[in-house]
Amino acid sequence: MKRRDFLAAGTLSAAALACRRKPEFPFQGELVGPDLALGHWLRGGAFADPEHFEPVSVLIVGGGVAGLSAAWRLAGAGLDDFRVLELEREPGGTSRSDRNHVSAFPWAAHYLPVPDRGNHAVLRLLEECGVLEGFDAKGDPLFAEEATVRAPEERIFAFGQWWEGLYLRAGASPEDERQYHAFFREVDRWAAFRDAKGRPAFSIPRSRCSGEPEPVALDRLSFAAWLDQRGFTSQRLRWLLDYACRDDYGSRLDTTSAWAGLFYFAARKQGPGEDSRPLLTWPEGNGFLINHLRRASEGRLHCGVMATAIREEKDSLLVTAWDNLNQQRVGWKAQHVIFAGPQHVAKHVIAGLAEARPAAVRIRNAPWMVANITLRARPQEPTFPLAWDNVLRDSEALGYVAATHQSLRDYGPSVWTWYRPFTGPDCDAERARLRALDWPACARMVMDDLRPAHPDLEGLVTRLDVMRWGHAMVRPAPGLLWDPTFLALSRPFGRIHFAHTELSGLALFEEAQDHGLRAAEEVLAASGRRGESWR
Amino acid sequence: MPESLESPTPTLKAPLLFISVLLIASCGLIYELVAGTLSSYLLGDSVMQFSTVIGVYLSAMGLGSYLSKFIQRGLARRFVDLELGVALVGGFSAPILFQAFAHTHAFRVVLYGVVMAVGTLVGLEIPILMRILKNQVRFKDLIAGVLTLDYMGALFASILFPLLFMPKLGLVRTSLLFGLLNATVGLWCTYLLASQLGPTRLIRLRCLAVMALLAVGLVFAGKFTLVLEEEVFADEIVYAKDSPYQRIVLTRGRGSFQLFLNGNLQFSSADEYRYHEALVHPAFSLRPDAKRVLICGGGDGLAVREVLKHASVQEIVLVDLDPAMTDMALRQPMVRELNGAALEDPRVKVINADAMVWLQETTGPPFDIAFVDFPDPNTYALGKLYTSRFYRLLQRRLTDDAMVAVQSTSPLMARESFWCIATTMEAAGFKVHPYHLAVPSFGVWGFALASKRDFAIPTHVLPGLRHLSDEATAAMFAFPRDMDRVPTEVNRLDNQVLVHLYAREWRRWS
Repeated sequence: MKRRDFLAAGTLSAAALACRRKPEFPFQGELVGPDLALGHWLRGGAFADPEHFEPVSVLIVGGGVAGLSAAWRLAGAGLDDFRVLELEREPGGTSRSDRNHVSAFPWAAHYLPVPDRGNHAVLRLLEECGVLEGFDAKGDPLFAEEATVRAPEERIFAFGQWWEGLYLRAGASPEDERQYHAFFREVDRWAAFRDAKGRPAFSIPRSRCSGEPEPVALDRLSFAAWLDQRGFTSQRLRWLLDYACRDDYGSRLDTTSAWAGLFYFAARKQGPGEDSRPLLTWPEGNGFLINHLRRASEGRLHCGVMATAIREEKDSLLVTAWDNLNQQRVGWKAQHVIFAGPQHVAKHVIAGLAEARPAAVRIRNAPWMVANITLRARPQEPTFPLAWDNVLRDSEALGYVAATHQSLRDYGPSVWTWYRPFTGPDCDAERARLRALDWPACARMVMDDLRPAHPDLEGLVTRLDVMRWGHAMVRPAPGLLWDPTFLALSRPFGRIHFAHTELSGLALFEEAQDHGLRAAEEVLAASGRRGESWR
Repeated sequence: MPESLESPTPTLKAPLLFISVLLIASCGLIYELVAGTLSSYLLGDSVMQFSTVIGVYLSAMGLGSYLSKFIQRGLARRFVDLELGVALVGGFSAPILFQAFAHTHAFRVVLYGVVMAVGTLVGLEIPILMRILKNQVRFKDLIAGVLTLDYMGALFASILFPLLFMPKLGLVRTSLLFGLLNATVGLWCTYLLASQLGPTRLIRLRCLAVMALLAVGLVFAGKFTLVLEEEVFADEIVYAKDSPYQRIVLTRGRGSFQLFLNGNLQFSSADEYRYHEALVHPAFSLRPDAKRVLICGGGDGLAVREVLKHASVQEIVLVDLDPAMTDMALRQPMVRELNGAALEDPRVKVINADAMVWLQETTGPPFDIAFVDFPDPNTYALGKLYTSRFYRLLQRRLTDDAMVAVQSTSPLMARESFWCIATTMEAAGFKVHPYHLAVPSFGVWGFALASKRDFAIPTHVLPGLRHLSDEATAAMFAFPRDMDRVPTEVNRLDNQVLVHLYAREWRRWS
């Protein structure tokens, strides 16, 4: 290279460096799992058999709350010959969590309403975790103070400032207040409902709910239509109820069944006229529960392994899987399979299922975006102080939860977990929209959303990581929850048992756990190990 | 340059003049907002203050517009002078108003006078500028351009004022900064309108002088706020520091000095000995052999001073959130003298951490005595330090026969709050004997003495103290009827009832 060429090249590269665009944000981050490519690879079709099928009594496909709960139940009964396959690198599904140098933080599900005394399964789990401290004189459970949400629990940003609580009282008219109270009287009425067998209309898990016509009729209506019928027109009230639908179901008033809408409120009542049950939470959200549950699968949990085919052969099930870590085909020969994944995967993986159970109802899963924002310091705020849950009224997102709130840190760095469900009527279109977003687009969405409340936030952020959940939560659309063909999806298919929160039509920890225990107890009964139910 | 503006001049830069419309419109609105906010701060009733300030301001602008017709000649020069006038009156409006509030009884007269003056001057700006531009631009474009930018400037100002300027700069710096901007527009116009100004040297010097004056004001604004706060604190401020956690202020007057955190009195050197003797010595009466002592809060070192009077003590761990506080206790001469350089004692170990997080996340050998000396629970962040969870965490770090003394606000002024603290400690498993004494600068003040085991109230106390004697010690544990026990809820992390109780009770006294 001649000297002149060298100089020219140098000048050019210097010019190229100078022209490189300044990054849009003064912080970094990345898109983290779930592994979209690997998941969708399933649809590709035929896979060859592995060289060897390892014998095992029970194979659990899916290491989310349902799968880990099934394993927990089997281990509890002394049935230790099981394996759990999890597609992702970490178990937990939407209850996954992570931690960095500032705090532990959730990647999605982040709280649990305290269970009533009849919810034996959750009480058993919380007792094991050291969160259940005993029972009061009336027999109601007492929970560790540090696990119940610390006050202030919620605040809402509206009219340019933060206010205490989630329902915006500032500026509410007497008619708003009247409708607010009338709605909660209606909730109380449903909380008091008992059918001839003494079952409540609404309870968690829903397997304890009455299937009588009066409550079930609510499922045919949308929540919006039910509100219209009763003259609930208050914009503030409807905002609150719509927020509840977006938060728990990823849907809106008009795409949520009235049964599900009332379930949200009535199932959490301690009793008619009483407050909602307090919430249990941890800095890592429901990751706290996962970190306990996974111990039951210690040494038997295979992450990064995707079941690709399940078929019955003679008296056992042959399961073919792809071990993504070791890049090889693996196989198991199981007596029973607990399929703890969603139905849209089941129909690709389980031979003969799609033909045997033609879809009568369509299960729709809402996509979600969750961002974890690491802050070097907190913004200066002159109005109501940082709470656990911080909600912006004029936003499509749900606001953010401060992970450091529960660990008592009121100063210095924090991690905020920001949630946004994609609530459009067409889940597939919403999913495509979410998938098309790259990291800068996601970061822009988060920062634009928070800017009205925190104009000085950008300079405080050190990292912003984003999880795009394609199938975050099942939507309880009108007509789904009590449809007989939908309910029949929980029944075993030969030696295959199903466990997933989706089978309740409600994406809740308790539902996933209940299905996990049911499936495990079906397997235990079939293996001749009948014992007392944990449910 | 008589009538020079009447003949079109090709050098006139209309678009650039339009930009100055945007700037002066922002400035005008900022002065209005500063006056409204400041009067709301000082007089309360923000609806009334904003309403009257806006009313007076707008009518003054009308007056200014009317008066503009009497300005016949030398429009460009008048416009530059006008900018300098607005810069001075508007720019110094916040400092002037603060001073007026502190030093005169006629604050409202000064307030409306200043608002009137700024409004009139601002009212003159646009009509004169339009007359300067009228031969350059078609009338319909002129009206459209000027008014559009006028309103847009108002929009920028109204959005940036609450979001940026108020939180970042405060009122005094904001008003001075916009004064500087007005003066800059004046200087800039000496170039834009040079052809109409004739000799500009003197005018530019005037501009620079006004800018210098405002810049000096900006530089010394920090000193200025200190002077202003003194009016609030009633005494001379000798030390002030903003830490990430709080504003620390020391004042001196009438033969003593006082410490304030966020404006709340923490001690007065005149009578703090009563408070700190009462906090420390009763617990020692029951554990005279205590070796390891924990102090949560108490960064001023005054409790440490009392603890060091006990020869048995081998180690004192002081956990205070704010390094600025413990640094002041070590270095500020008045405070250091008052605490007897207690924090320099080799037995003292200072840890700067949130005491509750520290208790939760660390382990170590147990303490024989713990003193809990936090500011009153007037925020959630302080309220958590009075919860059953806090007391349970504390218990884990105590020997079985350890004593604890907790400052628990006034049993007279905040009776329910006081008993809520005792009730909460009992719920956490402590046996509690509350006590109280008079601290003149605070009023009647209360503490809770506690232990994991039953104990009898102390009847002896270290001899040679300034306030406490054996008789006085025993007497502190008797509660007259107006301070006697009332039933309350337990203050838990998930309800923080104490913060609400405390706010409600102290509202009656302020």
